[in-house]
Amino acid sequence: MTTTTLSTEPLELASRLLELAEAAGADQADAVAVSSTNASTTVRKQQVEKVSESTARSVGLRVILDGRQATVSTSDVSDAALAETVETALELARVSEPDPFAGLAEPSEQARSTPQLALFDEQIPEIDGEHRLGQALACEQSAIDADPRIVNSGGATFSTNFSSFALVDTNGFAGAYADTSASMWVEVMAQEEDGQLRNAGWSTSERSLHRLDKPEDVGREAAARALRQLGASKASTCEVPVVWEPRMAAGLAGIVAGAASGEALYRKATFLADRQETMVASPLLTIIDDATLTNRLGSRPFDGEGVVTRRNALVERGMFQGFLFDSYNARRLDAVSTGSAWRSVGGLPQIGSGNLSIEAGQTSPEAIISEIDDGLYLTTLMGFGINYTTGDFSRGAAGIWIRNGELAEPVQEINVSGNLLEMFQRIDAVGNDAQWFGATSAPTLRMSRMTVSGV
Amino acid sequence: MSDTPADVIGFYSTQLGVDEAAAESVLASALGRGGSFAELYFEHKRSGSLSFEDQQVKSTQASLSQGVGIRVVEGDAIGYAYTEDLSLDAMRSAAATAAQIAHGGSGIDPVDVTADSYPADRYSIASPSTSTPLADKVELLRRADDAARAYHSSIARVDASMVDEEKRVLIARSDGRMVADYQPLLRFNVSCLSEIDGERRNARWGGGGRMGMPYFDDHTPESLAEEAARQAVLQQKAREAPAGTFPVVLAAGDSGILLHEAVGHGLEADFNRKETSNYSNRIGQSVASELVTVIDDATLNLSRGSVNVDDEGEVAGHNLLIENGQLAAYMQDRISSDHFGVAPSGNGRRQSFRHSPMPRMTNTYMTAGDDEPEDLIRRVEYGIYCKAFSGGQVNITNGDFVFSVTEGYLIENGQISAPIRDVNLIGNGPDVLSKVTGVGHDLEMSDGRWTCGKSGQSVPVGVGIPTVLVSGITVGGTQMRTGAGMSA
Repeated sequence: MTTTTLSTEPLELASRLLELAEAAGADQADAVAVSSTNASTTVRKQQVEKVSESTARSVGLRVILDGRQATVSTSDVSDAALAETVETALELARVSEPDPFAGLAEPSEQARSTPQLALFDEQIPEIDGEHRLGQALACEQSAIDADPRIVNSGGATFSTNFSSFALVDTNGFAGAYADTSASMWVEVMAQEEDGQLRNAGWSTSERSLHRLDKPEDVGREAAARALRQLGASKASTCEVPVVWEPRMAAGLAGIVAGAASGEALYRKATFLADRQETMVASPLLTIIDDATLTNRLGSRPFDGEGVVTRRNALVERGMFQGFLFDSYNARRLDAVSTGSAWRSVGGLPQIGSGNLSIEAGQTSPEAIISEIDDGLYLTTLMGFGINYTTGDFSRGAAGIWIRNGELAEPVQEINVSGNLLEMFQRIDAVGNDAQWFGATSAPTLRMSRMTVSGV
Repeated sequence: MSDTPADVIGFYSTQLGVDEAAAESVLASALGRGGSFAELYFEHKRSGSLSFEDQQVKSTQASLSQGVGIRVVEGDAIGYAYTEDLSLDAMRSAAATAAQIAHGGSGIDPVDVTADSYPADRYSIASPSTSTPLADKVELLRRADDAARAYHSSIARVDASMVDEEKRVLIARSDGRMVADYQPLLRFNVSCLSEIDGERRNARWGGGGRMGMPYFDDHTPESLAEEAARQAVLQQKAREAPAGTFPVVLAAGDSGILLHEAVGHGLEADFNRKETSNYSNRIGQSVASELVTVIDDATLNLSRGSVNVDDEGEVAGHNLLIENGQLAAYMQDRISSDHFGVAPSGNGRRQSFRHSPMPRMTNTYMTAGDDEPEDLIRRVEYGIYCKAFSGGQVNITNGDFVFSVTEGYLIENGQISAPIRDVNLIGNGPDVLSKVTGVGHDLEMSDGRWTCGKSGQSVPVGVGIPTVLVSGITVGGTQMRTGAGMSA
């Protein structure tokens, strides 16, 4: 990490705030500061629709007085505002109640050096508006050119971000890192003969420009997805095998990571409670959380409490390996932090995953589909129908019906449902086609049976 | 007391150094390269949150967020930039960034900015919760916790929280208009876990609005907590929901989420200007059963979705969207109303100064009909009765929408019978609204707990509906059931 990529401002700001808090009598405290510059260009029908560029910065303080905890944040970083922040935090902490588990991370678990994770692409801060515009135009144009039935567009956006994050605490931890990201997104509409539109979007998001999909490929993928929904109708209600395309399977990894939160365990609000080291899925399923991968969106050198990040196996060959912890929930449940704390300036550390990967299998997606006489190839999920306490899963869906081993007609306005524990047990094929979507990698998955609701 | 618009203008001038002259200077920079319009949206927001678990205060939080969002409009295109630094130099620099959208040329001449007065009376409150001592709020949370535990012996965990904010906004535009508003917002939440023989069920409940502490006079912490506990305990007895298409009776109140998804988003004018909504070019056409009249109303007293002025400085109104099944109007922001050549409807909203405005709902509801609610249930031989929800989503273009039911029941032979487990329902907007075959006389607004997300921006909204019978919606349960449902 070079000094040209890491703005010193957040670290200085956080240190200044922490010093004020210590001087005012905070026993234990930490301060976090973020500076983030985002620039974005949106075009629609090849005309500029929106251009934006701004730098956001804010700073937050947590104080702990005899176990009484409070957090205060401000986007006004004047000396007067920082002094007020400290005063408010101490006032709030005094009227809070003691929590024996409240506290900073164990110094022995905190990072002593900053590993090189290639989180910063030097090119990104140098990119100008012309480049963003060119990428967005090319992306949308290739989608429009793909087929005469692509008649409308929701627009294409190219955006870039570079940020610095700093954390300091009264145990002596002081760390900072800078990272970048770039993303591109497009949505287009294909028209039915009766005029009705079918829409689809596609996107790419990475730490480095060279890793982004080409604008033309993103555009063509969006167009292909809109076109293949032409003629979609409702399926009949039935119980059939369901094939999850990689992007849908990536969502399942996120659900497992959410259910594996140590805070959800403490609240008993997860279907994985009491299931550590038991089989919760088919032996074909392995899911890994790893924030140490080079150049990935979910990577970082230390977590929101300064704890060293690491690789955490969540599910290995069907067996649930364990929960993700920050230091607070680890203390409450007699566990250790897994380096999974995320910290925003405005609140307490929250548990979250780094990069998630569902390990690829040996089977090609074509072979997975070819074994099905009658089933659903799932390409879209809608809504929030997941109950993490019971594992009940019921969501709106669209996709393509599988007949005699091949993708046949598109379907929409259907529901897929089941219980997540049963669904994971019913995974009977894992594809060899793992792909990255932001911070998650997943292959095609097949479940031997789910309920599909339709007409 | 909450601030009047004049108080807010005084606050900006004395506390932050932002006055008419500063606004004029920044607007001049914004229009420095041309452009047809420019606007400054100043926001000063103080928010607080207090959470209570394991029968004690777990955390207290406070935050201050302030800044200005600067928008330059050139035709249908916008340039946008914001800064948290309200010094004149920083604001003019952000204005120059936003001005890059314009291509040079003369543009319009900046005019004198003059504070405009208007009746800001939709949430004038005597005691904002943001100035209430923390100890008083802790007491409310403790009462909620006690009540939930007392409700049933199976309640094993209670989590309660209270979040509130006070937002002072000031909008100055290149047409000379300057308006201010003070916007309070309060929300109280309770989550309960019921555990019986290792079987765990949870439920959440809560409410609030643009209100102060008197909210709790009519909505005691006990009543909110008992409702969460009741739903969690009820879920212990829930059975699998059926799979297939069945008649559905929507209870009055929160079921308004169906309207929000089925028609609300599709009637936001940006999608219709771009012709990407399945309601595009359908003004004057039939889009619903003639029993259906839908209104978006920012004027409701103290409601979570109400605003005096929208985030573009227009007085927000009472807008008829669908009248007796006919599409009457879209919800407009500035760019869309210019495009359609109609008056702005006051629906230009945004999450914060870091976001540009777009057409959004405020409080959206269906007007009352003539039916007795009980009769609507009696008309269903086999179907679903829906009462509480966790959320919904819509695909604007093809019209498919979903909503997730967290308290639902089977209806068998015209009677509400067993509770069902969480289930998602999916329908197509115009199709479902054409299948509305009964509307009760019991219009009820949801107690304020809904937040609407669109293009990455969240805004508080209200929903409401009377008891409604829909002859068929696809129910995403797991129980296969042969034979179709019937309703009269």
